[in-house]
Amino acid sequence: MAGKTISEKILSAKSGHDARAGDVIVCTVDSAMGNDGSTPMALDYFDAMGGERVFAPERIVFALDHYAPAPSQKTTQLHQRMRDFASRHNIQVWEIGCGIGHQLMVESGRVVPGTLVVGADSHSVTYGALNAFATGIGSSDLAALMICGRIWLRVPETIRVSLIGELAEGVFAKDIALALARELRADGATYQAIEFAGPGVAALQLEDRLVLSNLVVEMGAKNGVFPADEKTFAYLGARFEGVASDLDAYYVREIALDLSRLSPQIALPHHVDQVVGVGEAAGTPVQMVYLGTCTGGRVRDFHQARDVLKAGGGVAPGVQLVVTPASRTVLETLTEDGTLADFIKMGAVVVTPGCGSCCGTCGAIPGDGVNVISTANRNFKGRMGNSSAAIYLASPASCAAAAVTGKIADPREVAREFATEAS
Amino acid sequence: MIEGRARVFGDDINTDYIITSRRKRESLDPQVLRRYLFEEVDPSFAATVEPGDLIVAGKNFGCGSAMEVAVTVVLGAGIKAVLAQGFSRTYFRNAVNNGLLPLICDTSRIREGDRLSVRDDQGLMVRNETTGEISTAAPVPKIMMEILECGGLVPYFRRYQDFRI
Repeated sequence: MAGKTISEKILSAKSGHDARAGDVIVCTVDSAMGNDGSTPMALDYFDAMGGERVFAPERIVFALDHYAPAPSQKTTQLHQRMRDFASRHNIQVWEIGCGIGHQLMVESGRVVPGTLVVGADSHSVTYGALNAFATGIGSSDLAALMICGRIWLRVPETIRVSLIGELAEGVFAKDIALALARELRADGATYQAIEFAGPGVAALQLEDRLVLSNLVVEMGAKNGVFPADEKTFAYLGARFEGVASDLDAYYVREIALDLSRLSPQIALPHHVDQVVGVGEAAGTPVQMVYLGTCTGGRVRDFHQARDVLKAGGGVAPGVQLVVTPASRTVLETLTEDGTLADFIKMGAVVVTPGCGSCCGTCGAIPGDGVNVISTANRNFKGRMGNSSAAIYLASPASCAAAAVTGKIADPREVAREFATEAS
Repeated sequence: MIEGRARVFGDDINTDYIITSRRKRESLDPQVLRRYLFEEVDPSFAATVEPGDLIVAGKNFGCGSAMEVAVTVVLGAGIKAVLAQGFSRTYFRNAVNNGLLPLICDTSRIREGDRLSVRDDQGLMVRNETTGEISTAAPVPKIMMEILECGGLVPYFRRYQDFRI
């Protein structure tokens, strides 16, 4: 019998069975998150299923992040319903302004190596960066697990993605993720796990791994898991027993990515996998630049963007720069280290930590015909609330380069150009 | 057995194209939301859909957000099954959990308006009554079939209050 992948090992432990790819099993869930987009429906299902008490309420948390702050009377009612249910059943609520549920899951310690964590939101895959099996579920799944603490899962086959070498100057984790989306396409990993491996992993900061795990769902993957190492333990502030794959584990596909050869990438409207080198789209005018989301709204992302913006002398006329930190903790750090003041002086619109403009549910909506460049993970038509807008996805540095010049530009060239002008 | 008229879509139809997420700010009621079904890709669809129609799609149907209204709105319009070459896993899950039959089969030769029938004849078979072509659907694992046969996770849980496996 072949060895096991990380996903097979975690699901074996959580189901009490020898779980192999293709098996359908029922697992005990360690931690689950629902947000204001998915939980109101879950509460309807809970009632319809005849739910009375919540199984292990300490394992559940609700995040008010999609409508933060509530943009309408109806959404205030959804929030109130969640608060009432949570208070009745002793469930923690992350209030408006705390940030995006996914970011809070990794900040709060609810995700640690070897755990099975689910969220009623597709980007719950993000937590795989911490060596957990993490995947998105629906509202009815959340209701069922609030009743019985368990969930049915099909054990996924695994694609192994080996990262080799280190990223060059001006190239970031988002560029790796976009390059992978081009390679795998939007359905290339459907029903499957992605396991990141290889010598390139060690050089990636936890924040970089979160970006990669976050984006795997755009390739259809069920989860995107990293091994645990010293960086994982440093991020969590404690040591845990990590889960590693066996040397003879079976992989359905193996892909190697040489990070040192990678250049800045960009996804063109309206497909996440329509990816080209940023130079190929250079010159396209942009009117809105969005920095934020569960992909690109962490401290490092804002530092990278700020550095390019400062080097380039600020935001070009006619460009709206929108800044939405992923959490209050991120906002506090940016406030303390002066980054927020830099953005405000450059004319940025600063929005409450949360999902913001990403899915068009609140925050700044782009105007008709506007080109947006964003640090987000999705660029479907209408995604940001206006179906006549066109959304480009890129790294924080590439987004900042577009803010500086008013058009899509290679951040490395922008940095060089302004360095030459200054000398 | 399910019979109905094919309503054909292409590849990579994401859940926001099925029902845009800004609509669910105002209501989660499938009977309200069905007025906006597929509005981003086919603004005339909601007015022409009839109970019993079947959705036919290419690859990666239901990609993007895991929002479950993208399944309940389809059921709300009276559609009992979606046939596609592939589904995003969250759409497939949500379909099973709500009793919407998700069938993975070769849809490449089905045209808009074709009459289709789905039969369980030692496995699920799709017959195109217009052309006479028959294709076999990928088998659905046991626990998913049990949930589907109950009519979704709500009746399943009303009966068992836990998973039986």
